Amino acid sequence: MQRIGVFVCWCGSNIAATVDVKQVAEALGKEPGVVFSTDYQYMCSQSGQEMIQEAIREHRLTGVVICSCSPRMHEATFRKTCQKAGLNPYMVEIANIREQCSWIHKDKITATEKAVILGRAAIAKVHLNAPLTAGTSPVVKRALVIGGGIAGIQTALDIADAGFPVDIVEKKPTIGGKMTQIDKTFPTLDCAACILTPKMVDAAQNENIDIISYAQVEKVQGFVGNFSVTIRKKARYVDETKCTGCGLCTEKCPQKKIPNEFNLGLDNRRAIYIPFAQATPKVATIDPNYCTMLKTGKCGVCSKVCTAGAINYKQEDEIITREYGAIVVATGFEPISMEPFDEFAYSQSPDVVTSLELERLMNAAGPTGGTLLRPSDGAHPHTLVFVQCVGSRCDGAQKGKSYCSKICCMYTAKHAMLIREKYPDTEVYVFYIDVRTPGKNFDEFYRRAVEEYGVHYIKGMVGKVTPQDGKLKVQASDLLGGRQMHIDADMVVLAAAIEPDKSARPLATMLTASMDTNDFFTEAHPKLRPVESPTAGIFLSGACQGPKDIPETVAQAGAAASKVIGLLSKNSLTCNPCTAKPDELMCNGCSSCEKVCPYGAITYVDKPFRGPNRTTLTRRVAQVNPAVCQGCGACTVACPSGAMDLQGFSNKQILAEVDAICR
Amino acid sequence: MNWTETIERISGVNPRKCMKCGKCTATCPAYEEMEYHPHQFVDMLSSGRVEELMGSRGIYMCLSCFACVERCPRNVEPAALIEAVRTAVLRQQGANHMKADAVPALLEEELPQQAITSALRKYSKGG
Repeated sequence: MQRIGVFVCWCGSNIAATVDVKQVAEALGKEPGVVFSTDYQYMCSQSGQEMIQEAIREHRLTGVVICSCSPRMHEATFRKTCQKAGLNPYMVEIANIREQCSWIHKDKITATEKAVILGRAAIAKVHLNAPLTAGTSPVVKRALVIGGGIAGIQTALDIADAGFPVDIVEKKPTIGGKMTQIDKTFPTLDCAACILTPKMVDAAQNENIDIISYAQVEKVQGFVGNFSVTIRKKARYVDETKCTGCGLCTEKCPQKKIPNEFNLGLDNRRAIYIPFAQATPKVATIDPNYCTMLKTGKCGVCSKVCTAGAINYKQEDEIITREYGAIVVATGFEPISMEPFDEFAYSQSPDVVTSLELERLMNAAGPTGGTLLRPSDGAHPHTLVFVQCVGSRCDGAQKGKSYCSKICCMYTAKHAMLIREKYPDTEVYVFYIDVRTPGKNFDEFYRRAVEEYGVHYIKGMVGKVTPQDGKLKVQASDLLGGRQMHIDADMVVLAAAIEPDKSARPLATMLTASMDTNDFFTEAHPKLRPVESPTAGIFLSGACQGPKDIPETVAQAGAAASKVIGLLSKNSLTCNPCTAKPDELMCNGCSSCEKVCPYGAITYVDKPFRGPNRTTLTRRVAQVNPAVCQGCGACTVACPSGAMDLQGFSNKQILAEVDAICR
Repeated sequence: MNWTETIERISGVNPRKCMKCGKCTATCPAYEEMEYHPHQFVDMLSSGRVEELMGSRGIYMCLSCFACVERCPRNVEPAALIEAVRTAVLRQQGANHMKADAVPALLEEELPQQAITSALRKYSKGG
């Protein structure tokens, strides 16, 4: 028989205002096995914890029930408390009488009654608890960063700086991400490339960083501290170790009409290409969809001009499998498609562009060499209209996104300001719903666009854009001025909403990391654990977690790195002992549990069993790897013979709780 | 039930969904003909000024082209709201905007049949 102590917490007035804690302590004190029952203002406080420890010693308690807040809040605290007093930490049960009782009830009588029932269920469970011992698992001291944009680069640099090896997997031929496509950065207007490319070089030269470019994660196995990741490094048909990045092949390739994705299709590239001058690694890549040699076997121009002998048309995808202790997701964002918003005539006129396209049109390394020219005829534009919130802040999922994309207000102010600065003969209109510029020196920046640069900010969204006689007829409403506006514009720039990169969802499935309905990765706690995924060992960096500008991304990237460093500096991790355990005599070898296990923790073995009349039978039975099992319990539900049980949450314990509640 | 509730009920419009972007008004082809504009319809519904709207001649100038409904980022449907306001006016005794008999004289040969039917519905109870 257990000797159980019950401790009812007031949580100040959080519980005590709605639950009669004295009555709960008294009622639970009469339960079988309970030898001590009390209440206290703050159980989690120093004196509260000491009270528990004293009771354990004085009353020789074998089990403890704490009626308090959610176990998510303080289960670990109280387990530690009891362990210090010599009790096995898994002999502690929490009855959640705050979140699941006092906070949701108004009537004190009902709430008190419910608190007693919840406490009784916990007591019933403790009666069946058995001491558990947590094992340990080693930590592989290497990190994987998925995505090589500014988020991934910063995280990798910080981890490498602490002395741990780190791999960056980037799906494009070069690292750098979206920031490489951006012209200037707000609010300081420093050139994006000037601050990014040194970091790219740092990453490439850091001996702790291995950049695996033109590659994608294909499979993730294992668990925190011990991930095994399969990476497919796509064939670029160029030997990376030999290519010098001279670029001769990219000038001689006869396939010239391939939309250049780096310039968002605003100009063309060859079938063999280096995305941009500062690409890292600076190695050519052959696009197999367009290369004549790869498609027909005839051509070979690049191979002939390459003095390094780096071209290899027979190169194949390489599969790399490596072990990691931690994984950082830094998959970033994409602007959404403008297709559902054709009132802005994006598909009807090349002079209607997205903001990212405008970045290329203003960039010295862009298709126009940095001179802003109208894409349709190369003329200098005089009237430009910016439309904010295209696809952001929408209701319903069919058209656009429900969230604010956060970065558009600032980059539009930047664009408007840069255009007015460079071309004072222009009229620039910004149609906004709200101007949202929280951030250091952000509102000042926007005010400068209005006050110093004379950008016309007009409250009201554009209704429609009609291409007519070489102009874009913009119909809009000035809501504050109470007038309808008809502007003949030369260019219209759409601030397209941003969404997570398309690769994020399949990756989340591989990582068993949770996402929200918009495919942004979910953080473990929105305030207190913002760079960790709820899945242990998975960390979040940059816009994969939500829309972010560069300063925020870099800050979060550093935070994610520090969490990874904290993990990798441990030699071993304590495992959760609440793992699944099969009863081999009951197991019928059906494999149901193996199929549902999301962690690959279950395998089957053939094992000899003693049969009747001194015979030996070989039976196929399930085995659980306790280091891999996360204790989710899926197998215990799937098992048709009831052989699988979760330690600490056995079927018997759960039914005892149910019985206690129904008593 | 007061007018605000009536209009909300028959139109199904929830004015609290509006984020006041004004795209409905920006898109409206009948802007010049109306003293109140689509975004104001929604605002007047949420601030309980429906009766002013009911007394406005502009509600008959709405073409029922539904461009505002199509383009509203928040699915607020100002055209449905104005349709409900017209219906509410017409349901009152003797409040027809126009008698059915008066319609033929105003017809133009090129007017689509749909517009005629819609006009009868828009302007009178008997349509």
